[in-house]
Amino acid sequence: MDFSLSEEQKLFQKTIREFCERELKPISDKIDKEEYFPWELYKKMGKMGLMGMTVPQEYGGAGIDRVSYMIALEEISRVCGSTGLTIEAHNSLGIGHIYEHGSEEQRKKYLPRLTSGEAFASWALTEPNAGSDAASIQTTAVLDGDEWVINGTKQFITSGDIAEVVTVMAKTDKTKGAKGISAFIVEKDTPGFKVGQLEDKLGLRGSHTAELIFEDCRIPKENLLGEKNMGFIGAMNILDRGRTAIGAMSVGIARGALEECIEYAKQRQQFGRPISKFQAVQWKIVNMATEIDAARLLVYRAAYLEDQNVRFTKEASMAKLFASEMAMRATREAIQIFGGYGYTREYPVERYFRDIKLCEIGEGTSEVQRMVIAKQIGL
Amino acid sequence: MNIIVCAKQVVDVSEMKIDPNTKKPILDGVPQKISDIDKNAMEEALKIKEKHGGKITVLTVGPSDAKERVKELLAMGADEGVIVTPPEKHDYYVVTSLLAEAIKKIGNYDIVLCGEASIDLFSGQVGPRLAGLLNIPQITYAQKIDAEKDKVIADRDMGDKAVTVESSYPVVITVTKEINEPRLPSLMQILAAANKPINEWNGDSLASGLTSIVDTVELKGVSMERKNIVFKDDIDESVKQLVESLVKEGLLR
Ligand SMILES: Cc1cc2nc3c(=O)[nH]c(=O)nc-3n(C[C@H](O)[C@H](O)[C@H](O)COP(=O)(O)OP(=O)(O)OC[C@H]3O[C@@H](n4cnc5c(N)ncnc54)[C@H](O)[C@@H]3O)c2cc1C
Repeated sequence: MDFSLSEEQKLFQKTIREFCERELKPISDKIDKEEYFPWELYKKMGKMGLMGMTVPQEYGGAGIDRVSYMIALEEISRVCGSTGLTIEAHNSLGIGHIYEHGSEEQRKKYLPRLTSGEAFASWALTEPNAGSDAASIQTTAVLDGDEWVINGTKQFITSGDIAEVVTVMAKTDKTKGAKGISAFIVEKDTPGFKVGQLEDKLGLRGSHTAELIFEDCRIPKENLLGEKNMGFIGAMNILDRGRTAIGAMSVGIARGALEECIEYAKQRQQFGRPISKFQAVQWKIVNMATEIDAARLLVYRAAYLEDQNVRFTKEASMAKLFASEMAMRATREAIQIFGGYGYTREYPVERYFRDIKLCEIGEGTSEVQRMVIAKQIGL
Repeated sequence: MNIIVCAKQVVDVSEMKIDPNTKKPILDGVPQKISDIDKNAMEEALKIKEKHGGKITVLTVGPSDAKERVKELLAMGADEGVIVTPPEKHDYYVVTSLLAEAIKKIGNYDIVLCGEASIDLFSGQVGPRLAGLLNIPQITYAQKIDAEKDKVIADRDMGDKAVTVESSYPVVITVTKEINEPRLPSLMQILAAANKPINEWNGDSLASGLTSIVDTVELKGVSMERKNIVFKDDIDESVKQLVESLVKEGLLR
């Protein structure tokens, strides 16, 4: 058993850390406070290979392994949660579904632009009346000649308003539940496809969350992604992968908070000494550091299993569940360590606290993760 | 244009701590990195290569675990790496002698690029010594380099002014930190670097019997201790006390 990162993985980590310090950190506050979307940054990220990390190079991706992808997400989210989610949803979900389940033609047609950072991909499963119970979606797709006609509304779709390509899950057989769902590629500007309202959110305010409306939206027959009626199974597979990634994002946000706390506690003086000298403060920080390491190991394990092409459903859910709840605790304690200053928007810990909450909800709530794990361990 | 970039593996001094009792630097477990200014030299080499084509060889005198660091420069765009392992005791005389021998062995070079100094010891000796040993011109502290086909023009940073100089090839140039911002490699370049050659040469086989001239007797950290005196009286009284105590310390006259 070997817990060390490879030479390449260490160099990825160092390089992405430096990139984020240089390019992302100076604007992370603005991204949150002004809901600023840094288009130029994503172009740079495309050149770095961050917009199609695990996609093979023949489709324009970077071709790195899943553990390295987690390393990257941790580094990005450490500096900016909004950017972390934008990158995660694009890589894991938007691009992920096209790469994992798309035909050779579809991969060749869509991936190069998406992996270069010129365009975003998003992924639409959730609907106003179908969240945790995702198999109950009501959006339909009906074949009419050479075209699929899509009708329905999707909700909470990350980058849905800016994406050039959206993977849409829709019912193709109303008589069946999960086994009557298929996935489709819908391009921006297709008649009948429009963007509805954008969410005004607690956190991750620099990440766009959109409602997508389909009204007799006609797409070519060949835009069916994967086999007909196999879309839900494909989506669950993509979500498994995404969950590990949300775990990595959580570890990154928690680490960002931890680093702020260590620095602040050493410098803030009360009762004539730095508050870092008080055991009560030390223990909070120690717990954060320890739990972050534990969460990271769960994330790496799940990603390692993905790389080995063995089942990782349980491990991915455990990584996401533990990491997101851990990070929620860590960011809450971070505000406590900062005291009144932590409660103000002058310091970044309140941003970490607001940002992390989504990780307990998106790509399956903590309750859903526990349901998945319960099933996996035979309950 | 063939360029040799001399790069040194150093401890990451920002992560280094000083033992409070012995005052000795604690080097155990401190990560290693390429000396910052050597990366500026690498960036400059890449710019010259982009303009004229050619080959960039990264040369380092250091332990074989420097490979991991050399890879970073290969990822940035160097074509090949050479690591020369030095004898256990080595000073600037030994290191530059080995660099010079290695440069001769690599051969066929137009420019040798170095950082103005390394961030650990900051002696600034390597570039000038190399030029002497290789018997070629040197341009130190370059803050701007314009490599033309058969001559190079550079601005040397002289503090409050710059001096523009010109040289034929081959030439040794040392660069300042301000000359550029080193690029970051992409993930693809990092992967590709794994296939670029890194040769390891034994120092002894390049020049045998080299011994240090300078003996490092001791390495000690400077510690800064604050007196933590707070003057709490009213402002006029506090200022008076502050001035008095600064005079007493001999800091004000
Ligand atoms: C910022 C953001 C970005 C998002 N991005 C995307 C995206 O890109 N694509 C996409 O498709 N979706 C996206 N989502 C949607 C997200 O996946 C859903 O919000 C999530 O799955 C929960 O669904 P819901 O909001 O409908 O909550 P509900 O399913 O209504 O859940 C409400 C509560 O009930 C609990 N609950 C539900 N069922 C059970 C049960 N059986 N047992 C116990 N408790 C239960 C839940 O855990 C939760 O606490 C995003 C959401 C947000 C907020």
